[in-house]
Amino acid sequence: MAARDNSVIFIKNSGLKTILSEQQLALTVKRLAHQILENHLKLSNTVIIGLQPRGIFLSDRIVAEIRKILPEETILYGKLDITFYRDDVRKSLHIANATDIPFSIENRKVVLIDDVLYTGRTIRAALDALLDFGRPSHVSLCVLIDRRFSRELPIQPDYAGKVIDTIISQKVKVCWKEKDDIEQVILLDS
Amino acid sequence: MKLSTKHLLGIKDLNREDIQLILSTAQQFKEVLQRPVKKVPSLRDVTIVNLFYENSTRTRMSFELAERRLSADVLNFAASSSSAAKGETLLDTVNNILSMKVDMVVMRHSASGAPHFLAKHIPAAIVNAGDGINEHPTQALLDAFSMQEKLGKLEGLKVAIIGDIMHSRVALSNMYLLRKMGAEIMVAGPPTLIPKYIAEALDVRVEYNLEKALKWCDVANVLRIQLERQNQPLFSSLREYNLAYGIKRKLLEKLGKDIVIMHPGPINRGVELDSDVADGPFSIILNQVENGVAVRMAVLYLLANRDDD
Repeated sequence: MAARDNSVIFIKNSGLKTILSEQQLALTVKRLAHQILENHLKLSNTVIIGLQPRGIFLSDRIVAEIRKILPEETILYGKLDITFYRDDVRKSLHIANATDIPFSIENRKVVLIDDVLYTGRTIRAALDALLDFGRPSHVSLCVLIDRRFSRELPIQPDYAGKVIDTIISQKVKVCWKEKDDIEQVILLDS
Repeated sequence: MKLSTKHLLGIKDLNREDIQLILSTAQQFKEVLQRPVKKVPSLRDVTIVNLFYENSTRTRMSFELAERRLSADVLNFAASSSSAAKGETLLDTVNNILSMKVDMVVMRHSASGAPHFLAKHIPAAIVNAGDGINEHPTQALLDAFSMQEKLGKLEGLKVAIIGDIMHSRVALSNMYLLRKMGAEIMVAGPPTLIPKYIAEALDVRVEYNLEKALKWCDVANVLRIQLERQNQPLFSSLREYNLAYGIKRKLLEKLGKDIVIMHPGPINRGVELDSDVADGPFSIILNQVENGVAVRMAVLYLLANRDDD
């Protein structure tokens, strides 16, 4: 509890804005899980792919929610790392994370999950990476935060937790319990 | 995080973190090689020249495959069929190649220190693919990767390096790497093929009896007898070498424990390694070759970065 009290003071002092509180975040994840299920009731033909590294926190939660709703169904859930597909390899070095897609995506419906959609370049790389695993019949995109008006490529989400308007100098920070000891989404001005 | 060096000239220049970074990146590339499309676009804008002043099958093919799997453009140069045979110097050859806008050089040379010389004079990133009797860093990295894959760790592992220690760049790179990663090393072979003072210089054990070495180790990395580098007779005959230091199935069965057999290739069957051992259940020789591509992809990927700060 102490950690959270501190962070509130921190936010007040530096004028940061909370986009989603812990409770709102939990509700949003539930909603996203329900929305995905609405369109993918036959889960046997659907594949859920979380993007490494930070999309995994969200995809883990969405998959857990779907399991709660449909405990009998098997969910095909994989993790994809796009490091080797980035378009800025030679400018900045990125450390690769594990990719784990232990099933075929051929002719299946893929739901890509990431935390923040910003320029769209990560998703561009993810689509390239995904196609190297086979030819899915359909790909959709689910993100927690959609920073619209910041896109550099024509890519839009199919499921968005929260749509926000930001300028380039601002930063969206998604905090997860496993990594940051606190669960919230905040907007940082710099 | 990035490598502490601009080139890969030898394991000697790497620190523990560098080695760990290369091995963990290689792990991700190994997964890439299991995919339906075994190719990533990472080095699409990079041109690499493979400069081989000495014969090679495995290493050259492995590098070339690694480069192509990373989508790099590849140029091949073999000294035997080039202007080097007309008397062009190494530096002239390389500068001519670089003026065609080449970003990286993978080089094998029979003179120890050739890539180090090159690194001082040209701006491109250099990967040493074996220089004389000095180092063969990517071989040591793939050996370490294969050991780690098979036995789960490097720290505390007991590795015997057996055979022609004197002329083997694989042995030297392996010793540097394994000592840095906390493994114990024993070198074994005839006294004429083991340098004096190696125990003090490199902090390794020395053993002249093959059976004792095998009893001690978890992994036996068996080296080829490098007849092309020996300008004086260092043992009486290959047959006698085989009798004293050749690894035989019977000998392994007598140990009462399983040890992993490795060999950097090419194997002289019936000299340092008998066929039923090379092809037997303890051998991971073909895994080493497979892992070589992933490890070389990791090295090239990590060195291609131009982020100078």
